[in-house]
Amino acid sequence: MDRKQKKMLVRILTAAVLLAGLSFAPVTGALRFALYLVPYLVIGYDILWKAGKGILRRQVFDEHFLMAVATVGAIALALYDRTGDYTEAVAVMLFYQIGEWFQSYAVGKSRRNISELMDIRPDYANVEQGGALVRIDPDEVAVGTVIVVQPGEKVPIDGVVVEGASSLNTSALTGESVPRSAKAGDEIVSGCINMTGVLKVRTTKEFGDSTVSQILDLVENASSRKSKSEDFISKFARVYTPAVCGAALVLAVVPPLVRMAGMGLLPEWDVWIYRALTFLVISCPCALVISIPLSFFAGLGGASREGVLVKGSNYLETLAKTKTVVFDKTGTLTRGVFEVNAVHHSGMAKEKLLEYAALAESASSHPISRSLRRAYGKEIDRSRVADIQEISGHGVLASVDGHAVAAGNDKLMKRLGISYIPCHSVGTIIHMAIDGAYAGHIVISDVAKPHAKEAVDALKRSGVTKTVMLTGDVKAVAESVAASLGIDEVYSELLPAGKVEKVEALLRERPPKDKLAFVGDGINDAPVLRRADIGIAMGAMGSDAAIEAADVVLMDDDPLKIAKAIRISRKCLGIVYQNIVFAIGVKGLCLLLGAVGLANMWLAIFADVGVMILAVLNAIRALFVKNV
Amino acid sequence: MKKSYRIDVDCANCANKMEDAANRTEGVKKAVVNFMMLKMNVEFEDGADPKAVMQAVRASCKKVEDDCEVYC
Repeated sequence: MDRKQKKMLVRILTAAVLLAGLSFAPVTGALRFALYLVPYLVIGYDILWKAGKGILRRQVFDEHFLMAVATVGAIALALYDRTGDYTEAVAVMLFYQIGEWFQSYAVGKSRRNISELMDIRPDYANVEQGGALVRIDPDEVAVGTVIVVQPGEKVPIDGVVVEGASSLNTSALTGESVPRSAKAGDEIVSGCINMTGVLKVRTTKEFGDSTVSQILDLVENASSRKSKSEDFISKFARVYTPAVCGAALVLAVVPPLVRMAGMGLLPEWDVWIYRALTFLVISCPCALVISIPLSFFAGLGGASREGVLVKGSNYLETLAKTKTVVFDKTGTLTRGVFEVNAVHHSGMAKEKLLEYAALAESASSHPISRSLRRAYGKEIDRSRVADIQEISGHGVLASVDGHAVAAGNDKLMKRLGISYIPCHSVGTIIHMAIDGAYAGHIVISDVAKPHAKEAVDALKRSGVTKTVMLTGDVKAVAESVAASLGIDEVYSELLPAGKVEKVEALLRERPPKDKLAFVGDGINDAPVLRRADIGIAMGAMGSDAAIEAADVVLMDDDPLKIAKAIRISRKCLGIVYQNIVFAIGVKGLCLLLGAVGLANMWLAIFADVGVMILAVLNAIRALFVKNV
Repeated sequence: MKKSYRIDVDCANCANKMEDAANRTEGVKKAVVNFMMLKMNVEFEDGADPKAVMQAVRASCKKVEDDCEVYC
């Protein structure tokens, strides 16, 4: 609570106690009026003051002015009718202030909550100067400086580790609780927390261009891009107050005149004026106007805690309507690195065959050779290999431990005149021959990410009706990956421009209300990310291009987060619609009941403040998305 | 040219009124008030002097909502 809120709370409590006490005081007449004026002024003096200023500025639809008119009117009616019932006016002012206080408290609280959530801004960077560590402002660190990150500190600037090993907690960035390891030579991004060892890092960017600055900038500006719901509400608010005030004026004047002139009855001015004043009490669109942006703000904040950065409330809205998800294959559904998947028809132990293959290919820098060496996993002893001969487009011949080893494709086997067993698996096949005899083959392919299949299933369960995969890869590979993951449609052998055309075709096919999302790794699919209704970039930690081009940025590369992002947006939008319907519904009902005389001012203010409190509490629910 | 300014205002509807007022001010191409972050992003007309325009924006905001502040 800040000072303003504390002061208000004291005023609210004082006025409430005074009002309660006065209800037991047996006073009448002028004294009663004077006594009731005390709590009224305690709680409402600032409203009256602002109302006065509002009149001077000719702002008739100022909410303070309307509140003042309603309560002063109620007091005047009590004086006119000699009922001495001033409680109503004081109570209306009191509840109005309670509502305002609650709103300001809740908004302040969620502002703080969300800034704590995104508490990734580093305050300093350690630089070694003359043998001692000096803390300096990250903004002042030049590119290429070596900074020291101690355990428990945040990595302030993106860079490459030059010395030390540690594990990094990336949960503030990615929502992922498993720490990442970092050792010399690894690139690390700012915003991670160093957990175990001291790291020396050579910075590769300025602070302003570092991941952490980009994320903070993105999150802070996200709620400035307003959604259609927010635009609707501000338009609604603009006409709501004047409309209700107009209706109040009609209600105060027309029925009494009709009764007098048309029906020959008593005009009952006081009854109708009272009903009109009830209208003024509900004329403020506060509940709506606060709860909608608050819902989006909380939803964006909750999503960023889960490592899903949404660039604006409008994108959250589009994401919730996503019915088609188009994936790029490599790097999105598959890991984009080639791995040994299987060893077939080998007469010897698989490990032994891999060892021969790795040794034979030890001199090559081809991705296939690298994946063979990775699968072998041990240090390569070059002294065991001799006479390496690479035959371009075929494979490698070498002598390993004195055995003649041939590793290559079917063309190599044909060339050597060795009969081989063709493989039915999809991928790159390395046939092996040792001392002239066929020794089986190794299947190498790009593997699906661990959660890829679950991710596609999760999307289906979250209401996505169509999943499509686009890839530059060959048809056989593409179709086998799509089938194993349960993707509905595949388009293979596409060039980057072809992907844009495909997405455009898909955009023409779908009904305009159903949105299309494209998921890529942002490396060379920026044009497609921009063309789709909503572009989602994965594994974007440290990739400027992806953060720039996409509308939604997934900080880690887990495809399950796509469905999560959609569910978060659905929850947030659900809350927004609940609030809109609930708030407009209750206000409409109160106006109706007030017009026919079934609702008095008490009910009106209760309903108004109650709706606001409930709508605000409901809005805050959008923040809790961990188990969505 | 786009610039971002810090603002102070208590209620969401008042923030909307400030946005309207800012958008009606001469020299402002588009203004967006973000009530949750208490920020006003202003895009100026070409050739407008941001300092002078912001003084006018502040004045027109004060006119619709007395209890607000634009830090410019």
